Amino acid sequence: MKSAVITFPGSNCDRDMHVALNKFGFKNQMVWHNDNELPKSDLVVLPGGFSYGDYLRCGSMASKSKIMQSVINFAKSGGLVMGICNGFQILVESGLVPGVLLRNRYLEFICKNVFVKIDNKDNPYFKNLNKEVFEFHIAHNEGNYFCTNDQLKEIEDNNQVAIYYCNNNGKTEEKFNPNGSLKNIAGIFNKEKNVLGMMPHPERMIDKSLSGEDGSFFFKNLINNIR
Amino acid sequence: MKINEQIAIDHGLKKEEYKKICDLLKRVPNLTELGIFSAMWNEHCSYKSSRLHLKKLPTSGEKVIQGPGENAGVIDIEDGDAIVFKIESHNHPSFIEPYQGAATGVGGIMRDVFTMGARPIANLNSIHFGSSQNKKTKNLLRGVVHGIGGYGNCMGVPTIAGQTSFDSSYNGNILVNAMTLGLVKKNKIFYSKAAGLNKPVIYVGSKTGRDGIHGASMASASFDEKIEEKKPTVQVGDPFTEKLLLEACLELMAGDSIIAIQDMGAAGLTSSSIEMASKGNLGIELNLNKVPCRESKMTPYEIMLSESQERMLIVLENGKEDLAKKIFDKWDLDFAIIGKTTNTKNIELYYDERQVATIPINTLVENSPMYDRKWKKTKLPKKNLIKKEEFKKFKIKEVLGKILSNPNVCSKEWIWQQYDHTVMGDTIQKPGGDSGVVRVHGTDKAIAATVDSSAIYCWAHPLTGGKQVVCESWRNLISVGATPIAITNCLNFGSPEKEENMGEFVECVQGIGEACEYLKFPVVSGNVSFYNQTKEIGIKPTPSIGGVGLMKNYKQMITMDFKEINNLVLVIGKTEGHLDQSLFARNILNEKNGPPPEINLFNEKNNGESILQLIKNNLIKTAHDVSIGGIITAVSKMCIKGNKGIEFNKPKYFMNEIEYLFCEDQGRYVIEIDPKDLKKVISILDKNSVHFDELGKIIDKNMIINQKTKVTIDELKSYNTNWLKEYMN
Repeated sequence: MKSAVITFPGSNCDRDMHVALNKFGFKNQMVWHNDNELPKSDLVVLPGGFSYGDYLRCGSMASKSKIMQSVINFAKSGGLVMGICNGFQILVESGLVPGVLLRNRYLEFICKNVFVKIDNKDNPYFKNLNKEVFEFHIAHNEGNYFCTNDQLKEIEDNNQVAIYYCNNNGKTEEKFNPNGSLKNIAGIFNKEKNVLGMMPHPERMIDKSLSGEDGSFFFKNLINNIR
Repeated sequence: MKINEQIAIDHGLKKEEYKKICDLLKRVPNLTELGIFSAMWNEHCSYKSSRLHLKKLPTSGEKVIQGPGENAGVIDIEDGDAIVFKIESHNHPSFIEPYQGAATGVGGIMRDVFTMGARPIANLNSIHFGSSQNKKTKNLLRGVVHGIGGYGNCMGVPTIAGQTSFDSSYNGNILVNAMTLGLVKKNKIFYSKAAGLNKPVIYVGSKTGRDGIHGASMASASFDEKIEEKKPTVQVGDPFTEKLLLEACLELMAGDSIIAIQDMGAAGLTSSSIEMASKGNLGIELNLNKVPCRESKMTPYEIMLSESQERMLIVLENGKEDLAKKIFDKWDLDFAIIGKTTNTKNIELYYDERQVATIPINTLVENSPMYDRKWKKTKLPKKNLIKKEEFKKFKIKEVLGKILSNPNVCSKEWIWQQYDHTVMGDTIQKPGGDSGVVRVHGTDKAIAATVDSSAIYCWAHPLTGGKQVVCESWRNLISVGATPIAITNCLNFGSPEKEENMGEFVECVQGIGEACEYLKFPVVSGNVSFYNQTKEIGIKPTPSIGGVGLMKNYKQMITMDFKEINNLVLVIGKTEGHLDQSLFARNILNEKNGPPPEINLFNEKNNGESILQLIKNNLIKTAHDVSIGGIITAVSKMCIKGNKGIEFNKPKYFMNEIEYLFCEDQGRYVIEIDPKDLKKVISILDKNSVHFDELGKIIDKNMIINQKTKVTIDELKSYNTNWLKEYMN
């Protein structure tokens, strides 16, 4: 299975994602933002970081990079595109997934483990996962998901919410919401479910010496689904 | 402008120093030249008050590849790998503008590390604020934390450990010390020594602006009520550009184009160009019209003294210019050939085809002033005699509540949750432990790092305090299972022109030196920050020690959370009941006099090495050193982290329970062991003549201290975790 991780100026989780993908069997290639064409891939990842310093709205500059046209075409043709953290912000800015990401509720960067609920399994990312509650890691300043009421209705009608913040029992109450996201939303799909944007970093949870191993489940399952 | 003595004084130079400049040049300097002298001769750059004493520190050892004098120190961690590290202060700017001051402190120290070819793998910081009652404290704390996070998070380097304290002596002068560790191959280390004639001098990175002009001079002066006016001397950080600069430099460094490289930190283009030429015993010629500037019509004076961030100066091999330019173009960074190396041994500056300055480099470096300042010795204070009856009025649980929620003991989660501590995917011990630990990517090795200071002890008796901080650093490394290798130090003091403050400096340095020598724990880098005072009041002497240690197998790492019910808890090292200068004495008894706890270097070394021996034999499940707040504070934190309780044994010691639990004798650790290993542990400790107490055993949810005193884990947590969160919200 081939994957591609895009490096934008200011990306800083690109190496971590490269390491994780290779660990679970992908043959990953790093792609420079200024390239025209994506290499042949089964999965394209927009990694975390601070593309262009996030000096304008997070992800907005990167969404206009040269490579993004090719990424958008790939997504429109049904290819799997996953954006993590800043990658999610880039997806939102490029219109591949609906909504926006605002600053965290308390206007502070948050770096910690959180529980998330994944019960939407009718998609290539989470199909066959044999549990619902995962411990993932978040590290962001702008992860407060927001959209209009109309958008929300459409998102829910199409079953596009991918991940919710919750507690260790899978309860998705407001008090388990770390950043103020609407409806505890931590990740979202496009209509076709081939594009996934999420704030948590599964690539930081791939080794029991690190924050935990739930990322390993995710990647192992993902590559099996693609195979 | 014709230069005179008054203008020199306005530049922070002394009358005698100005005279010396005229003598050395055999003429009166012009304004640009005077600016250069003032930048090179200020305390921050020249170490004129400290050099004499710093020379006495042990700086070499088997593992030391590079000691002080370069951008950072370098130690050998085997297999061809090396760690580059340094700590540096950014105190003055952080008080004036906390966000930018702290942010650029972090940016500056990272640049020092990647200048040497190392990729930064961990950041740490030691930050000190005024009393929590002081009206400025909250905003300063918030600004500094946001600034450190804003820069480090964007760079994608994890912030793995730190230290925060509050003391009224920092009301007018906060301290922000930032430390970075980088990883490099031993044969790919870059230095700042230029070599060869007519080699191109390259400027890369951000453009030069008018920010930070005279930053280093500002850092070499005391504060007064007009300090707010100095805001324009604070630099503005751009972590995004620094991230690009890091990647571009490392890409260029992979080849063999670079002869010497130096970041433009304090005193910007001035000190970087002079330092490279001086080390290579060469001259340097710069055409200032070629320097990329942010604003038009910047004068030579401004260009030379700007402290704009994210800039590097490189001496390149001839013929490599195009290759280098291609890399910097790829990363959208400015690249300009601004001069060349020469054989004149002068720095020569040209602007609009005119020579605007020419100064012999040795006058700026070797001939810079060095002072043997007067200093006063601090006598060891007399011990307080605390009557046993006095303890009777205290209830242990109440005292424990106060101690655990004390600003200097309480959990700092509110701070470190704002720092990305997991990026790079190798952080195996997060903030909140004894040391932060990161794996050496792709290997079984890990690096532990800690930053410590004990201003109270240093204030009470600088010599003992200096020793103590080094020992504390050593203990924090050992507690996670790392073998201590070397330290970096950031020496924060008041004015060297005051005998008391200078005395504090001299004796702290002496203490640091003695401990480092004995523990074979050399100093490989560091910096000195004097003039941390407002009007006449200086801070408590605050040397921050950044310690680094190596673990050959990261799977042997130890953490401080209690692991298993029925395991035994031991205190390693002797408890003598020293309460003077303890948190208990100062905050509960309100007794601020007396000596700090004594340091016995033999015991320190013996106890520490014995702990490492136990860890090597897989006999230790959990370890934590005993520091401020005594045994019970250490044990409480182990309970909180492990969500387990402890039942104390009936005491066998001949002192009051309060003395035993809250005293701050040094060289001690609390460990958890499996009961079946007790014999083996005792045999090793006995063989090494290490004193230990059997403190108790691990139980579920409660801390049972004696028949009358029981505290639940939830109570311990609420004492410890709430204060800072509530204070900040």
